Amino acid sequence: MYDKTIRRRRAVLALLVVSSLILVTAYFGESAGSPLHTVQRGIISIVSPIQEGAGRALKPFRDLFSWIGDTLDAKGELKEVRRERDAWKARAIALQAQERQNRQLRGLLGLDDSPSDVDDYGPVSARVIGRSSQLWYVQLVIDKGSSAGIRPDLPVVASDGTANGSGLVGKVEAVTRGSSIVRLITDREMAVAARNVGGTASGDLMPKAGDPRLLTLEYAEKDAAVSVGDPIVTAGTVSSRKDLRSLYPPDIPIGRVTRIEDPGSETQQILVKPYVNLRRVEFVRVLTRPYAESE
Amino acid sequence: MSLTPQALTRLAVLGVLAVILQVAAVSQLTLFGTTADIVPLVVAAVGLLSGSVVGAVFGFGVGLFVDTALFQIMGLSSLVYLVVGYGSGRLRELRDPQAPIVPVIVGAVATAVATIGFGVMNFLLGMNAPVSFLLVRHILATIVLNALLALPLFALVRRWLLPVLPDDPRRRRRRAYTTGGLSPLSRA
Repeated sequence: MYDKTIRRRRAVLALLVVSSLILVTAYFGESAGSPLHTVQRGIISIVSPIQEGAGRALKPFRDLFSWIGDTLDAKGELKEVRRERDAWKARAIALQAQERQNRQLRGLLGLDDSPSDVDDYGPVSARVIGRSSQLWYVQLVIDKGSSAGIRPDLPVVASDGTANGSGLVGKVEAVTRGSSIVRLITDREMAVAARNVGGTASGDLMPKAGDPRLLTLEYAEKDAAVSVGDPIVTAGTVSSRKDLRSLYPPDIPIGRVTRIEDPGSETQQILVKPYVNLRRVEFVRVLTRPYAESE
Repeated sequence: MSLTPQALTRLAVLGVLAVILQVAAVSQLTLFGTTADIVPLVVAAVGLLSGSVVGAVFGFGVGLFVDTALFQIMGLSSLVYLVVGYGSGRLRELRDPQAPIVPVIVGAVATAVATIGFGVMNFLLGMNAPVSFLLVRHILATIVLNALLALPLFALVRRWLLPVLPDDPRRRRRRAYTTGGLSPLSRA
């Protein structure tokens, strides 16, 4: 009886471990339209309305916890925010003068018809109804899907509610009829063609290895003129070939340069902090016409 | 614990509720710069109350649901959570610990196993992120936060599973004192 119990227990354990390994292996080698992915999408379309309902029902509790956390954080951040405010004030004055000059120059060059904000890219607003909490996965679940015109690979922008907390947060990974999965820019599989706002440094923006809250601008030239505080925006590479153009429209803000390690060397690392605090995003906007500018 | 239809139903409801609650609410609450993860706690509690086989099956099922609901690599969470469920179940079968602090320690260990397990699995699958101080700090903060949540969560899970448990844990404890029979296997 005792041996039978042990044998049964070991058999169940072995069966479950083997099943898991088979699932991982099968899933890892599959394409997006394969059976396991299809099953996942089917189950997500069933689960997402429940998630949405639970999310709404539990919102008061979330708000209460957020309020407590925010109050504690706010006290610590006040000093830093004041210093940043002063710096930004000085910068804003300088930028206003530059903006005036820029407008005049753009008018001269006939470039004044470019989109000024994301409204030109057919944004669809959606509520965040779930998110992964593990450090290794950085995804959001939103309550709009293919029925709202959302399809895979569309860019997603958001605001975290703070003064400068708006910008690109990721792209649509998978879509069901009533919900979508958004892969965030801090995911290891993401890379965004980006440049500094002055256009003097460009490269691919990727998550920093080992620090999921920072990005690095990879493949930038070693003598690129970039400095701490520079805003980083999407490059929006244009091409007549659809497979070569960037997924993201140009000039969508992403973050700002916080540190440059080994500047001027081959191993130079430009570290960028995203504008949007990805943990605080409650609503996003999916840009359903990212190529509006080039069409 | 034999898997009667009633027990299966209770376990299924518990698993679905835990995942939905985690994805829709708990993962959005930041405390001490991190978020709690109640899923390994619930899996560990089920293992601790029901034994290794039920714990492993429950962990596998919950992991599969997590992977599906979050569009993750299927089988990865299953593998990690089945280890958590099996491990806590074996602890009950071999030691049957009764101290009030046990759920806290088991919860902390379960969280560590889950978090580090995910890390190891991701490294094996080709993730090239080295372990950084920030990552270690995050993991430690999550373990501490989960340890704080473990005791009330364990009580809730026990209350929910009580009608389908083979023995009321308090009754089992009394018998352990009087007869010296600590392991359920010794009664087999």
